[in-house]
Parts: sequence; C-alpha cells; structure tokens
Amino acid sequence: MNDIKRPLPNLEERDTEDFWAATLDHELHFQQCSHCDTIVFYPRSHCTGCTEGELISKAASGMGTVYTYSIIRQSYHPFFRNLIPYVVAWIDLDEGPRLLSNVIDTDWQAVHIGMRVQISWETHEGVNLPLFKAAQD
Amino acid sequence: MKQSRLAAIVGIHEFRDRDVMGELSALQIKAQSAARALADAGLNWSDVDAIYDAGEGGGMSGLNISEYFGIRPRVIDTTAVGGSSYQFHAAHALRDIAAGKARLALLTYGSTAHSDRRAIGVGGRAAGGLHPADNLDGFAGSTLIANYAMVAQRHMFDHGTTSAQLAEISVATRLHAMRNPDAVRAMEDLEFLDIRETTIDDVLNSRVIADPLHLLECCMISDGGGALVIAAADVARDCRKKPVWIIGTGEATRYPTMGGDITTSAAVESGAIAFAEAGVTPSEIDIAMIYDSFSITVLTLLEDLGFCDKGEGGSYVTGGRLRFDRPSEGPALNTDGGGLSSNHPGMRGIFLLLEATRQLRGESTAQVDNAKLSIAHGNGGMLGSRHTGGTIILAAD
Ligand SMILES: [Zn+2]
Repeated sequence: MNDIKRPLPNLEERDTEDFWAATLDHELHFQQCSHCDTIVFYPRSHCTGCTEGELISKAASGMGTVYTYSIIRQSYHPFFRNLIPYVVAWIDLDEGPRLLSNVIDTDWQAVHIGMRVQISWETHEGVNLPLFKAAQD
Repeated sequence: MKQSRLAAIVGIHEFRDRDVMGELSALQIKAQSAARALADAGLNWSDVDAIYDAGEGGGMSGLNISEYFGIRPRVIDTTAVGGSSYQFHAAHALRDIAAGKARLALLTYGSTAHSDRRAIGVGGRAAGGLHPADNLDGFAGSTLIANYAMVAQRHMFDHGTTSAQLAEISVATRLHAMRNPDAVRAMEDLEFLDIRETTIDDVLNSRVIADPLHLLECCMISDGGGALVIAAADVARDCRKKPVWIIGTGEATRYPTMGGDITTSAAVESGAIAFAEAGVTPSEIDIAMIYDSFSITVLTLLEDLGFCDKGEGGSYVTGGRLRFDRPSEGPALNTDGGGLSSNHPGMRGIFLLLEATRQLRGESTAQVDNAKLSIAHGNGGMLGSRHTGGTIILAAD
C-alpha cells in the first residue's frame, strides 16, 4: 500500500462545516425547517421551502437503503486507483436525504439496489467520513 | 400552429483536428472556427452584433472574447451550463433576435482536452471544492462515468433495460462515424484500437469501466471546437447557404431531491417546452442529435424527449432502429458519429447543432433523404446528479 490519503472535505467551507464537525461525534446531520418542515440536504444556511424558517440540524439514524450504485473498475486518482474495484452508491437515508458514499466491508458482488445498509465511520484527523456497510439485522 | 421563422442558423464550422498536439489554444480554435463559420454564411466579423460564450477560453469571457475576435457586440451572453451551453446560447440568440436586440449572433467553442490529457471521465473529483455539494460528495471517489453508470444501474432495475440494448446506441453511432472521414481520422489520431463498424458483442466484450458501463459505451476525449452563426430572418435570406430555422427551444435544470427518480432528466421539461413552441411532435423528427456522453445518456434522453415512454427506451433502440438508413422507423441518431466515435472535447453541445444543420442542408456524411426536422438536445453537468437540459428544434427552409 502507499501513504496517499483519501481526499478529505474542506472543514472550513461555510455551508458544510457544521455537518463535518458533527461527524466527530459520529452523528450524520441533516437539516429541517422549523417553519415549513422542509428537509434540506446538502446543508445550507437558508430554507429552500420558505423564506421564514430556521433550519434545525437533526441526527440521522445511520440506517439507509442503496438507491443505486456502481462498481468502479478504473480510476486515475492516486488514492482510489488502489481500491479498485470499489463501490460508490447513492444511499437513501431512512429520514429521506440521499447521500453519495461507498459501501465497504461487503462483498462488492453482493451489493444491490434495495440493500439495507448502516453507517460505518471512517476515522481521520479532524473529521470522520460516513461510509456504509451491509446492515446487521 | 405557425412556426417561428425569426432566426436561422446560417453559418457553421466544425474544427477538424481532434488532436492539435498541444500546438493550438482553445482561443485559437474558437477564432479559426468562427472565421470559417462566418465565411460559410458569406459574412464577416463586422457583421456580428451578439456574442454567446461559455467561458472555456478564460475568465471575463464576454469581454475578452470580444476583443480577441475584434468585434463590438451589443448583446453579450456568457451562459455556462456545461455541455448544453450551446443549446442555451442558441435559445437566447433566437430570443434576442426576436426582441430586436441583435441581428447576427456568433457562438464558438474550443477545447484542448486531449492535448491537456485531462481525464474527464475517470479522474475522481477533487474534494475541498468551494461548492458545498462537492464538499459533501468528494470523499466517495465517484467518477464521472460512475455518475452515469448509476443511472444505468437504476434504469436496469426499474425497467429491465439490458446492456445489449444500451450497446445498440454505440453500434449505430459507430456505423455513422465510419461514414464520416473526420470521425475516422479522429479515432485514428486518438489511437482507437480496431477502427471499424462494431457489433453488440463488441460492446459487451469491451472492458467494464464502471458497472454496468463498458468502454465502448463511453465517449472519447478529443481536442476540438466549432462555431455557429445565427441570423435574423432578413439577414438569413441573403446568406450563402439555405437557412436552417430555429423553431423551438427549451431549458431546464435537475438536481438530487429526496426520493427523486435518477432515470428521469431535465429533458422532460426542456423537451416539452421546445416541442410545444415548435408545434411538432417527436414522431415528426427526422434527425435526433442527442448528447452521447455515454450510452445511457441517449437512452434516458430519448425517453424524456418523448420518442418513447419512460422505461421503453431499451426496446425502442433495439434492432438497429437508430441507423440513418431506417428513416421509416424513426429519427436517425447522431449521424456524425457522436461523442462516442467522432468528437467530444468536454462540451459537445455545439456539435449537436452543427450536424443537425448539416442534415437539414443535405450535407451530412450519413444523410437522411429529405430530412426536414432535427432535434438537438444537450445535457450539461452530470446526468446522475445535477445537470441542465437544453433542447433546440430546427426546421429546413
Ligand atoms: Zn422553511
């Protein structure tokens, strides 16, 4: 293996800094408007459903379902090329938001649409990343 | 319904080289293409009073491109929405000409993506970008191809679409490319292996890049460019070539939503608007120039534009129906060879308009007899997440 690290988010980007800070407590946050109940994801500072409300951060359960996925077999990225084949997937969280992530620790040939998954935090300095693995039932 | 005859495409040029060996800049490709397109119309730089530019030649493009070309436009539009930018530009040119703000519009594109060895498709997106959406997604190491592959995967799950059906799109497009000397030269210059007509098995036997998409379902990465001149009706009548009229335009966006259907694109909205404005239906279209970044892009867009119902795209494309020599079975697809086999330097939208125009002039290398109506639909951004749809419907004089 090598020392090349997975690309990490910018922790000072204004809309997403609270989202990433919450990952240090192993919490996956989404936002909901106090006025019109609109769920906002990715995070923002304004409600997209009304002009009045304030967005409240809520912690998702960490459970979700694979909406769709692909197995990546070619990448020129210095980190990801060493993971091939790996799974990227859009995960529908049980609370509604759809998140792009990886399904890990699971036979990639067994990944399928509709598969139940749960969060599996990948630890980094200053941030944890919400990856997913097959749900334990 | 009476169709609009307010503005027409009167000059076109597609830059021939797909590998400039690093010896030309994007700006030079834009300017050389513009001069040829103006000459094609029998016009000159000084006739241009409206400039449309997606900014690929550098920042402050409305100003800098005007100086570079040596023109003094009174309409400046720098809409930049990815590969569909040129559909948006054509729509805005019609609008601006109809409003009396402009009489001669110039659209140009230039790119050295191949010379720059930019890995457009499999490079992995950099994390830490300024847009919050990218800052959330970047860690997963998705690729552009995977973005589209995830649409295909869901399309297969929801509708039973197969890889063999998707391969029909690649096969028809390559058939058309083999008739186009510029496309053949492009494949040679880009060192395609085994340049010939392909079969469904050829596509299925090419290696998988991101499941379920195979290599031969992915567009090339070329250098290239082109230019398009759009004129008001009275100017168009005096040009060298027959005018090709812009009779309908539509614009839309789409981005991820909770519970949203990834297999449906912005073309649903942009197509409906354009067809309504043109007063024609999909069954009347002779030429379908549909953005073929990947096979699944075409399948999805054909459905969304109304050539068949959602989910029926797989059976619709089966049996060679998209070939140029089967006009009784519906429109011919991407008769220049498409992004899959002729020209894709990153933003293909302008080439859709160029070939759509060539067909209505009778100048294509895969000419459909008596072609009267073309559609050119561009998809900008990424089909599987956030993208724009731009639809243009063109009519022969
Ligand atoms: Zn609200």
